[in-house]
Amino acid sequence: MTQSVLVDLAAALASGQVRVVDLTNTLSPEFPVIVLPPEFGQCAPFRMEKVSRYDDNGPAWYWNNISMNEHTGTHFDAPAHWVTGKDLPSNTVDAIPAQDFMAPAVVIDISVESAADADFVVTRAFLENWEKENGTIPPGHWIALRTDWYKRVGTPEYLNLLEDGAHSPGPDASAVEFMVHDRNCVGLAVETVGTDAGQGFHFNPPLPAHSILHGNGRFGLQCLTNLDKLPTFGAIIVACPLKIEGGSGSPLRVVALIEGEGA
Amino acid sequence: MTDPLTPPKKKDPLVRTRAGHVPPGLRSRAAKAMAVRAGQGQFVLQTCNTTGQTTYPPRDRSPFTWDELTWQEQPRGAVIEAVTTIDATVDPFFREHLPWRVGSARLDAGPMAIVHLHGDVKQGDRVRMEIKLDRGGNPALFAMPEKETPNMADDPQLRVFTADPKLRRVLVTDGRGPVGQAVAQALLKAGAKTVYLGNADTLMRYPGQDRIEAIEGIEPVALNLTDTSSTQELAAQLGGKVEIVVNTAQFTRQSGVGFGGKLSDLQTGLETEVSGLMRLAQAFAPAMSGRSDDGVNSAAAFVDVASIHGLTGKSGFSGAAAAAAARLSLISGLRGEMAHTGIRVMSVLTGAIDDEWHQNVPPPKTAPVQIAKAVVEVLQKGQETICAGDVAKDILSRWQADPLLTIREENQ
Repeated sequence: MTQSVLVDLAAALASGQVRVVDLTNTLSPEFPVIVLPPEFGQCAPFRMEKVSRYDDNGPAWYWNNISMNEHTGTHFDAPAHWVTGKDLPSNTVDAIPAQDFMAPAVVIDISVESAADADFVVTRAFLENWEKENGTIPPGHWIALRTDWYKRVGTPEYLNLLEDGAHSPGPDASAVEFMVHDRNCVGLAVETVGTDAGQGFHFNPPLPAHSILHGNGRFGLQCLTNLDKLPTFGAIIVACPLKIEGGSGSPLRVVALIEGEGA
Repeated sequence: MTDPLTPPKKKDPLVRTRAGHVPPGLRSRAAKAMAVRAGQGQFVLQTCNTTGQTTYPPRDRSPFTWDELTWQEQPRGAVIEAVTTIDATVDPFFREHLPWRVGSARLDAGPMAIVHLHGDVKQGDRVRMEIKLDRGGNPALFAMPEKETPNMADDPQLRVFTADPKLRRVLVTDGRGPVGQAVAQALLKAGAKTVYLGNADTLMRYPGQDRIEAIEGIEPVALNLTDTSSTQELAAQLGGKVEIVVNTAQFTRQSGVGFGGKLSDLQTGLETEVSGLMRLAQAFAPAMSGRSDDGVNSAAAFVDVASIHGLTGKSGFSGAAAAAAARLSLISGLRGEMAHTGIRVMSVLTGAIDDEWHQNVPPPKTAPVQIAKAVVEVLQKGQETICAGDVAKDILSRWQADPLLTIREENQ
């Protein structure tokens, strides 16, 4: 039976009936990382040093040393990333069951609201209203917030860091409680640099997405791209973080499987 | 009277750039000792330990008694007794700079010496002597007019011995902080044609950005010294037209070694200050080296602004001091490499800078404008090392007198 499902999947992939959408931004030195007040430790950006490129350091081969933070570029947040998840079992990227790295997604489109208000806050009421129009968020799903924020990558408006802090959309505590406890989500997937709103530090509790998601063993996916290419229901997200011993998160290649036109 | 420098014409693309030769380089250990002192702006000659007589040129033993010699500061006055002009030579460097004037000077310190002459110096003049470093880093006596003359710094022979920013294009690596901004403004005031002002993150605003970037002569450029590709991309654009590089990048955090140090801070500091310096040198040194004799705005100098605590270590700032130490070491290596190319490599040494990262350090501290002043001065004088402000001067003089004692004083 299992083999039959996978054979069918393979055939669907080959025919284009199932298509793969890349949800990953390119890791480059220029890709922005989250900025904390300077007195705190900072998130290291992506860096690449050539070891050899068919030269005296390696005549026939090309390879680079790379360095970055666990939370650089398109990345996965494990529960241990936040203090609320520090004592949970299997809370680091190496310990999370691989089964959890593939899950369906529901895409909630807040791109219009986010374009109108960079500080747009997703509330429980908003989600309940959304469900009335689109259907109930099923359990065991990634909840993906489509903001079209990825289109701002390469501009100051991506981090949108002004003198009173960052300005980008995100959920408040009521919304995250609803996602976790009422809809049993796998995690929250966003195009912004963090799962929390830019002004989330001023929410109650501060940074509710990080606090509540990770405190309940849920995951985060940040700096995604192309969420506008996914259907509201029916996509499957494949997000396998690097198996870093005790790692709090990991840059990763995130793809989504969607049903396409087919052959 | 010296003719004022005129801005160079655009280069004729069919004319080969003059190769950057350096004056003959082989020198004795004694001459190197003179170079080291001249590089700090000192006017020193050797005196005999037995008789106190002064001797020149540098020697290993006293010509009077065979006793040892001691370097001592000397009076700078002299009289030019004879003047001549060299119109032909087989030396590749001087061939490009003929005619060249030299003279014999009776130094107030005692000896007669063959000296290079400023254009405003004539036979019989009282002059002010300086020991300059030539483009190969070797010491040479240079006679300046006793009093300031019009456009004195523009004298072509003098300009060979300096890296004066006038009419040159300068890259200041970090314009996001107060030091880089002060340095950029001081360089423009000193006559620099353009200051390319580095910005490590063009997507992120910084204090003073609108004001500094609006100044005529400032051209903001993207440059992040922790990113090899960023550094190489800028060099690909500007390498052929930057004549002076001033590296003002710093990353300072309070830290101990066994107690209170953060390895992530140390890593960032080493990436920014040490690896960053090497990236900068590898990106810009080759192109600059090809232009060390390229007329009025020849490529001239690579300046690194680093903490004096690189010499001593510093309790409470051990990580930053370690980065500075590595930086000073790299600069020494680069100086040796560049001596063959005619590009000067200079160090500006600072005390604790009066900035946001030294809030817990009591005054006296080094103000960014003092660093800016020192950068301009080291270029105009053609020195190798200069201290910005009294804090650095004090530490350097103590370190020169007793290195181990000063290390102890700065750390416990």
